[in-house]
Amino acid sequence: MLEQFKKGLHKTREAFKGRLDHLFKKTEITPDFFDELEEVLISADVGVTTSLKLIEELRQRIQEKKIKEGAAAREELKGLLVELLQEGGSSELHFPETPPCVYLILGVNGVGKTTTIAKMAHHYTQKNKKVLLAAGDTFRAAAIDQLSQWSLATGVDLIKHHPGGDPSAVIYDAVNAAVARKSDLLLCDTAGRLHTKSNLLDEIKKMNRTIGKVLPGAPHETLLVLDATTGHNGIAQARIFHEAVPLTGIVLTKLDGTARGGIVIAVKDMTGIPVKLVGTGERKEDLHPFNPLAFADALLT
Amino acid sequence: MIFSGLSEKLQETFDKLKKKGKLTEKDVNAALREVRMALLEADVNYKVVKNLTSSLTERAVGAEVLKSLTPGQQVIKIVHEELVKLMGESQSKLAQPENPPQAVMLVGLQGSGKTTTAAKLALHLKKKAHRPLLVAADIYRPAAVDQLHVLGKDTEVPVFSKGKEAPRTIVAEAFQQARSGGHDYLVIDTAGRLHINEELMRELEELKQDFRPLEILLVVDAMTGQDAVNVAKSFHEQLGLTGVILTKLDGDTRGGAALSVRAVSDCPIKFAGTGEKLDAFEPFYPDRMASRILGMGDMLTLIEKAQGVMDEEKSRELEKKMRSQSLTFEDFLDQLQQVKQMGPLENLVEMIPGLNKASKGLGSLSLDEKQLARVEAIIKSMTREERQRPEVLNSSRRQRIARGSGTSVQDVNRIIKQFEQMKKLMKQVGSLEKGKGKKKKGLFPF
Ligand SMILES: Nc1nc2c(ncn2[C@@H]2O[C@H](COP(=O)(O)OP(=O)(O)O)[C@@H](O)[C@H]2O)c(=O)[nH]1
Ligand SMILES: [Mg+2]
Repeated sequence: MLEQFKKGLHKTREAFKGRLDHLFKKTEITPDFFDELEEVLISADVGVTTSLKLIEELRQRIQEKKIKEGAAAREELKGLLVELLQEGGSSELHFPETPPCVYLILGVNGVGKTTTIAKMAHHYTQKNKKVLLAAGDTFRAAAIDQLSQWSLATGVDLIKHHPGGDPSAVIYDAVNAAVARKSDLLLCDTAGRLHTKSNLLDEIKKMNRTIGKVLPGAPHETLLVLDATTGHNGIAQARIFHEAVPLTGIVLTKLDGTARGGIVIAVKDMTGIPVKLVGTGERKEDLHPFNPLAFADALLT
Repeated sequence: MIFSGLSEKLQETFDKLKKKGKLTEKDVNAALREVRMALLEADVNYKVVKNLTSSLTERAVGAEVLKSLTPGQQVIKIVHEELVKLMGESQSKLAQPENPPQAVMLVGLQGSGKTTTAAKLALHLKKKAHRPLLVAADIYRPAAVDQLHVLGKDTEVPVFSKGKEAPRTIVAEAFQQARSGGHDYLVIDTAGRLHINEELMRELEELKQDFRPLEILLVVDAMTGQDAVNVAKSFHEQLGLTGVILTKLDGDTRGGAALSVRAVSDCPIKFAGTGEKLDAFEPFYPDRMASRILGMGDMLTLIEKAQGVMDEEKSRELEKKMRSQSLTFEDFLDQLQQVKQMGPLENLVEMIPGLNKASKGLGSLSLDEKQLARVEAIIKSMTREERQRPEVLNSSRRQRIARGSGTSVQDVNRIIKQFEQMKKLMKQVGSLEKGKGKKKKGLFPF
């Protein structure tokens, strides 16, 4: 798993190989070291508040543990990051004892919701699970076609209505279908929406309620998809979506680019929502469980 | 919100410092640290901020600030000026085709909004009496071509597509069709790609070589963080961009990426996407963006919008009422209808500095048709006296109104509460404006 994850990050690493060597090869920790570290963290989108907090914490630990060298400081910081990312429980996806399991996928426009669903569908069919998709994005032009094409490519069934229809109605049918067809997993796609549009947040609440009404206890995961290129706005996205419907995890996409996706650290720090999956490309195979250690290591490379 | 009010923060810093007497250079540096943090929180690239702060320091420690009675505002003014300078002073337009047809090629990362932007740009051109042809050259993303066809239908702009043929073939044939069909612009939607994907970047270079586009525009998501510089730099180095389009500005992002992109590519930002609707597409104004990055709201856009829909006479009258707090339910209804023409209320509220907190109570006041109809029914079920003097609305009157309008007492209560909140909000906006010392003529700030 770690290997796969690392392979996904390979391109990024190539592009930035040795970027931080000069910093962590230092044999002495001077005030400059912390300034440069600030640059490293903020440049990785870890966010101002969380970056400063981490540096403060590191400063203390360096003192306490009498750390003298850059390389050891790096290990210490990596440990801090991993701690923060792991705090409060596992990043495993939740499966109920009795199927169907229902996941609701949310996020702003273009972050990779639909593609992530395709990737999950692929992953779980490979594991011999019976997967069903719900075309809950009835708004964006050709969004239903997009998911249809993925359903063909992954060989899973799709419940869809017409463009412009009520997304909750699709979801309602899909949950019922998942029960009737004895599916193991139902993945609900939704239209991209900015967290600043309260009517669209209401729509999500309604979908969430609909799922719970048909199948008490569901959805079993409500995942927010975040694009790794996102800056501080990711914090607002997570906060506000989380207020609308309780989020159980983050899917961090587009880690195959040069963006480091550090904003998930700030999100974890401020909301406690853990990262569960990462996307590293456009193919259906490009989805991996989140690995805090590999992630922290990549961030500091 | 972490983003709220750099200007307030600065004023606070200076107020504290002032208590101890004369301001020193050190004090100004403390203020500049606040500025630096604000810019970083707005996602301006770290290196860009670094360069900017050194030029700011030079200016800010000058006598201007030290002597000023309002040093906070002085600092803001200087920062704002520097940001505008960096962002390009004036608005930059799309090039006109000298030998039509010519191509405008949209490029960018996955999910940045190219397809929607292509349709918006085409609609914008059409409105300006051009004859655009949309070209579907995203052969990779499932249903991207279908998406463009749907958007073409919505905007009534013809779309050229040729399945999954090589983009070169598609564009070549699109040019033929554009010639025979008398089109002047080809708006080419390309597939999203990573700037480090050599193969796909080469595909764009080839398109550039073969077709010499009039414009190559990088489409950038306004929510992008620090990586914006890498993306803009790579695309620019490989393709020679002529401009940038910033998308998803209707959210609450401060949009520091705009500054980063400009700083590394030196390309002007030409347009901004401000919503999912196809006419939510505006020219880009550097000075407004500078205010937004500083968290000063987007007063200018708001004013323009308000003026676009409001009848001046009426709005002046309303403004007077609002200041004196004699707003009635009749005004309220009128108001709601006009606001509705200006777009989603949330967007507007975000444009007003210092209003985020005050507007929390308005969260439930989204203006869809159904709700508006309900509000209308409720207000119409009020007597004249009730409309003009809402304080008389006791519970038996409220019950009667609910029955008369076919709504519930809760609905009526809610509307009354929202009305009161609106009144309060307006009072705040009123004082906010006065505080700024310039009264805007004919503006109803809502
Ligand atoms: N490079 C890369 N592109 C991705 C990834 N995930 C999604 N995309 C692309 O991002 C674009 C938007 O994805 P889509 O699933 O349609 O986003 P949605 O609007 O959130 O449903 C598409 O071009 C996808 O191929 C990823 O992990 N890496
Ligand atoms: Mg989608």
